[in-house]
Amino acid sequence: MPKLLPLIEHAVKKPVWDCRMCGQCVLHSTGMTCPMTCPKTLRNGPCGGVREDGHCEVKPEMRCVWVKAEERAHSPINPHHWEEEFNDLRPPVDNRLKGTSSWINLVNGRDRRTPAGWQGGAQERFSAVPGASMVEIDEPTTLPEGFHS
Amino acid sequence: MSRLATLLAEGSRPVVTAEFPSIDGGGLAAVEKAANELRPFVDAVNATDNPAAHAHASNTSIAIAMSQFGLEPIMQVVCRDKNRIAMQADIMGASLFGIENIACLTGDDVTAGDEPEARRVFDLDSTQLVKVASGLAEGHYLSGRAIKQPPALFVGAVENPFAPPLDYRVLRALKKAEAGARFLQLQIGYYPERLESFVAGCVEHGVTRTTALLPTVVLTKSAKALSFMDESVPGISIPADMIARVAGAGDKDAIAEESYQLTLELSRHALSLPGVSGIHLTDFRHDGSLERLVRDLGIGPAFASTSDPVASAAGTTSG
Repeated sequence: MPKLLPLIEHAVKKPVWDCRMCGQCVLHSTGMTCPMTCPKTLRNGPCGGVREDGHCEVKPEMRCVWVKAEERAHSPINPHHWEEEFNDLRPPVDNRLKGTSSWINLVNGRDRRTPAGWQGGAQERFSAVPGASMVEIDEPTTLPEGFHS
Repeated sequence: MSRLATLLAEGSRPVVTAEFPSIDGGGLAAVEKAANELRPFVDAVNATDNPAAHAHASNTSIAIAMSQFGLEPIMQVVCRDKNRIAMQADIMGASLFGIENIACLTGDDVTAGDEPEARRVFDLDSTQLVKVASGLAEGHYLSGRAIKQPPALFVGAVENPFAPPLDYRVLRALKKAEAGARFLQLQIGYYPERLESFVAGCVEHGVTRTTALLPTVVLTKSAKALSFMDESVPGISIPADMIARVAGAGDKDAIAEESYQLTLELSRHALSLPGVSGIHLTDFRHDGSLERLVRDLGIGPAFASTSDPVASAAGTTSG
């Protein structure tokens, strides 16, 4: 089943949100608009290049992901706490999770693990077991090679 | 504590920062020449990081060279070209040479430059970079690895009060302030009312309690330059009546003068806003207008009406 999940997740989320399988989904906190579809993959708000009409600097035909996100985050159909999370500072992407199932990573907490320095810690806080953070993703449940077009 | 940090903390007078011209060869003499032109009139100058996605002499090298010529550098670091390892290394490396002021930017996309086929990186975004850079000064890399003698850094960023989603820009400024940005240089803008509501929002949300706001004005001398920015520079929009006002001023000299007057008006307006700590200048004229502007405004090291204890205490090492 773990091997199948990324395939199922991709099949569901690709058509609806153009999911890029970053493996650390934040859709609910960004107005159900995927920040990884931003050409700059910005997860903490729009860049300074948004056009006057609200479209993307890089792809003029596309509305800025964050213009959409900002509108949708305040939608009354979303649970209230989603809107509160809109302004959260989202950590850097863990590139090791690309292609893995964010559903699994959500359940086991893997998607919320950040480098020790992100919480302000110096080395002592995380070096007790060197390499420990690597162990759990030695066999990530990735999509087959070449799955992405 | 950097000279820029000291000046902003004192708040005794508006601070003037400017953009350093891009350097492509010419040795250190090229840097020295540009530094000499700016030094009397500005407090600190941005060492740009491949602006508009065009390769030039690097941010770190220019920042180091500038400081050797007695100019206080603000080293820009953009997220477009390097991953988190390289960006941390650049900041740490520059700090060995005494570079303290760091401005964290997303960066124009590669498609804005002359090498649109390049790979874009964006491993971190600008807000994350602010937090990572602040972490270096606190004594650790992003990994958590300790830095025994952490660099003294004064970290800032850029925000665009003029681009959509307008309502969100204050919250994004707040996010950057909370991540550790102590100054925000604002994007070039020609909508005074947008600047006004942004600055007011920053005051209301407490951004200005921790973070200095430096709006940007541009020195241009033609309506064509304004039209170019309006049409071609991402995130910059200029009202048609403003361009028409400059275009209709008369002959070439009259147009250049009207352009200057427009910049002067925008500068005066920006500096009048409670919550603004100074101004950032971009000079596309290179005809002495920058000196004229700071003189007319009565700001900067040369023309500030209040005394400047930092300048006399710090001295310069002009070469």
